[in-house]
Amino acid sequence: MDDAVTYAPGSTDPQRIRNFCIIAHIDHGKSTLADRMLQITEVVDSRLMRAQYLDRMDIERERGITIKSQAVRMPWTARSGERAGDDFVLNMIDTPGHVDFTYEVSRSLAACEGAVLLVDAAQGIEAQTLANLYLAMENDLTIIPVLNKIDLPAAQPEKYAEELAHLIGCEPEDCLRVSGKTGVGVGELLDEIVRQIPAPVGDPDAPARAMIFDSVYDTYRGVVTYVRVVDGKMEARDRIKMMSTNAVHELLEIGVISPEPIKSAALGVGEVGYLITGVKDVRQSKVGDTVTLSNRPATESLGGYQDPKPMVYSGLYPIDGSEYPDLREALDKLKLNDAALTYEPESSAALGFGFRVGFLGLLHLEIIRERLEREFGLDLISTAPNVVYNVDLEDGTSVVVTNPSEFPTGKIAAIHEPIVRATILTPNDFVGSVMELCQSRRGSLMGMEYLSQERVELRYTLPLAEIIYDFFDQLKSKTRGYASLDYEATGTQISDLVKVDILLHGEPVDAFSAIVHKDAAYAYGVRLAERLRKLIPRQQFEVPIQAAIGSRVIARETIRAIRKDVLAKCYGGDITRKRKLLEKQKEGKKRMKMVGRVEVPQEAFVAALSTDESVEQKKK
Amino acid sequence: MPGVLPDGEPVPATGELPATALARAGERGFGVYVHIPFCASRCGYCDFNTYTAAELAGGVTRESYADLVLAEIALSKRVLDGVKAPVETVFFGGGTPTLLPAADLGRILHAVDDAFGLAPGAEVTTEANPESVDPAYLRELRAAGFTRVSLGMQSAARHVLAILDRKHTPGRAVEAAREAREAGFEHVNLDLIYSTPGETAADWDASLTAAIGAGVDHVSAYSLIVEDGTRLAGRVRRGELAVPDDDVAADRYLAADAALSAAGLGWYEVSNWAASEAARCRHNLLYWRGGDWWGYGPGAHSHVGGVRWWNARHPSAYAARLAEGASPGHGRELLSAEDEYIEDVLLRIRLAEGLPVSSLRAPGRHAATLAAADGLLDSAALADGRAVLTLRGRLLADAVVRDLLP
Repeated sequence: MDDAVTYAPGSTDPQRIRNFCIIAHIDHGKSTLADRMLQITEVVDSRLMRAQYLDRMDIERERGITIKSQAVRMPWTARSGERAGDDFVLNMIDTPGHVDFTYEVSRSLAACEGAVLLVDAAQGIEAQTLANLYLAMENDLTIIPVLNKIDLPAAQPEKYAEELAHLIGCEPEDCLRVSGKTGVGVGELLDEIVRQIPAPVGDPDAPARAMIFDSVYDTYRGVVTYVRVVDGKMEARDRIKMMSTNAVHELLEIGVISPEPIKSAALGVGEVGYLITGVKDVRQSKVGDTVTLSNRPATESLGGYQDPKPMVYSGLYPIDGSEYPDLREALDKLKLNDAALTYEPESSAALGFGFRVGFLGLLHLEIIRERLEREFGLDLISTAPNVVYNVDLEDGTSVVVTNPSEFPTGKIAAIHEPIVRATILTPNDFVGSVMELCQSRRGSLMGMEYLSQERVELRYTLPLAEIIYDFFDQLKSKTRGYASLDYEATGTQISDLVKVDILLHGEPVDAFSAIVHKDAAYAYGVRLAERLRKLIPRQQFEVPIQAAIGSRVIARETIRAIRKDVLAKCYGGDITRKRKLLEKQKEGKKRMKMVGRVEVPQEAFVAALSTDESVEQKKK
Repeated sequence: MPGVLPDGEPVPATGELPATALARAGERGFGVYVHIPFCASRCGYCDFNTYTAAELAGGVTRESYADLVLAEIALSKRVLDGVKAPVETVFFGGGTPTLLPAADLGRILHAVDDAFGLAPGAEVTTEANPESVDPAYLRELRAAGFTRVSLGMQSAARHVLAILDRKHTPGRAVEAAREAREAGFEHVNLDLIYSTPGETAADWDASLTAAIGAGVDHVSAYSLIVEDGTRLAGRVRRGELAVPDDDVAADRYLAADAALSAAGLGWYEVSNWAASEAARCRHNLLYWRGGDWWGYGPGAHSHVGGVRWWNARHPSAYAARLAEGASPGHGRELLSAEDEYIEDVLLRIRLAEGLPVSSLRAPGRHAATLAAADGLLDSAALADGRAVLTLRGRLLADAVVRDLLP
């Protein structure tokens, strides 16, 4: 190793730095490959190694997806090529792996000069990976195509090398072959990273500028902000300024992750590391924002900053109403770590007090829900997710609707709904059924391309509302699990939408109202009315269930009145038992939600609102 | 009497009752129940506390049983010492009381009379299986002081009796009822069961017609309850038998009420119909009106002055306690004012005489008004200050109780 000082954080020669990320589909082995890199560069002792080292949350490890990104600094002495024997610093920026977090992905990519395109040699590229690949190419990143899992008997590296070569315009033999599991090819890959990916370029003498690509709340340290320094230098004890808000904070600590945090004196051009300022809320340290120094501020921010915008809303209610304060506290805590999470209190006649929560997408919703239930021990009901509508009224005013209950009753001129551009990759055998599905979800075909002889890329414009419900499940079941999906918001369109209300014994049940396309209203009404008829126990009187658009009833079911509810025998020896039974029944009655005079068990709400259609599908 | 005992606190070895209970004893009448835990064979639907001779092999025998009861009567006399309440009703149930010699039943009855005194005109009932009595036996009972016989007819359909494991032939119950009347019994009841697997509407109508044709002055009709742990429950669980649903049971009930009413038998409790006020079972009315009684025998329940207790369930355990000179009581509960209120409502609402609205708390009175609007309580009776179930209300009595006791 040459002069050691050169490699200390804050004084690393940018020429010796390589910043890269790994673009991969869930299950294509990114975390395992990262594990091998940590081992081969010796930043993690083999004895301390554990699977998916960088995935910190249980949910990440279980689902095999990364929710929050990470950046790890690894020393590497090139083993081959012109630079053999030279020391380098590799910063691996681990990107989130899901469509909901596209913005975070784009910021992670912006922090790199190159990307490893990691594809399972037994499965080929998936839609999400393709989308992120395009994103990386748009950012002018150097792409290193890599086929993983070559140790698998089902691996077909030749076939998928062709596909990758076709996609990125290289030769099939340029695709590296590795096995994250056995470690084969990992050293060669690191050498290629050194050889192919450009060193970062920046002005060390210019006012400091660093881009935030992630910020994480830590109970003990407050917010830990991950940055990539572009120009200048930041030192511990500097006063930093957030360029989007002009907020000034003192840098309490600065350092790098390797893979545990290591304090350093400074971070210089091209370096990747973390900042701690003592702020307690990730909203004060937003992804995409530019950090500069307050005593010598930069004038221009690095660009690309966007405020996170919720795309999907759902009402979250505690099943036990007394847990409402606990739910608030839990959301407050999650919010510290999730700048995209928004919520405000709402109340429902049927479900009591809860929150209207905004999410980036369905996975985001699922993850938040799961964390609330798992980490905070809450039992929740969530209402059917819906998108944001802009409703223009004939009187010229306009209303933003994030909840069906806000749907205006006045004369409506037009309803704007968000649409997305969706990319679906599917084996060509299933093209027909995928097109059928998209058609039924009001999709318009924008293009179709053969990636190879067997695989097709379909591009559709679809209303977001049509894909947040069960689209992905349907897609998977129609393609035996082979299709993959990615989408990005592209604006809005005017659609013929209506609000369908569900009335129980004449009383509208707010939790079941939905905004749907006019052509789908009848099906929605029939399905929900039928579900409720099966879920709500018979009452002392006949209970009509109606689905209605305004005052027009479009579907009707009836829960017949219960005719017998009496114990035939009640003699001397039965009295104690009978009284105890009554007490138990009264307890049960307390857990019922009253809709007018109809007693609805909590479970009926949960079941009616669940997206699990397995029961109905089985019957078909 | 159900087979499973409730949970409760232990009964003192002496069986003694709190002074407050003794002070109230007999306020709403006093009766005696005698449990006879023997059957010739076990019926598949029955979870009552009863045993065949084989099941009791070596322990308590039919021959020694009357003496056991006499020992408990002696204990009850000590516990209730000073209570001035003659016995107005006596009821022998089981099991099959008529498996004991009539003389034994008579001996027990006389011991009750000796201990507390039978009130003039006291009602003395025994249950009987149609096949376990004959004219001579019935005459003996009548001579011993019995005034009423309750026969387990269950059904007039042979295939229904077979499902229920009943040993008598369809005609035998009607014949036994005639023999009872001929032996001098003015009051005879027939018990019927509806909603047995395999029973058709026509079967049930035939059973009602047969019971009415027997000329009895009282009919009880119960929907079959498939109790956990019975042989019948096993057959239902295995899918061998299908129990009719509650809608069918409701139809059967309506058929019963129509047929019995037309024959001059009026309902006076949800499952009981009688030809006149005098024909009503006064012992059961005592239960429903919150009266006091002492229940003798294994597993028997008692109620005195706000204390409910129940005896050890197994005859051997029951006998062993008595042999030690201890109370056979296994558990008891001291009813709180709230418990008594709940029991008062849930029992009295079952009666045709109903419940005084004034005895209900405010939310209950409000619920009564709603129930009347829904057609579950009789509006005219309500205007007169009584909560009385309508025909539809009788079928939903438990739901009405939950509404009246919010």
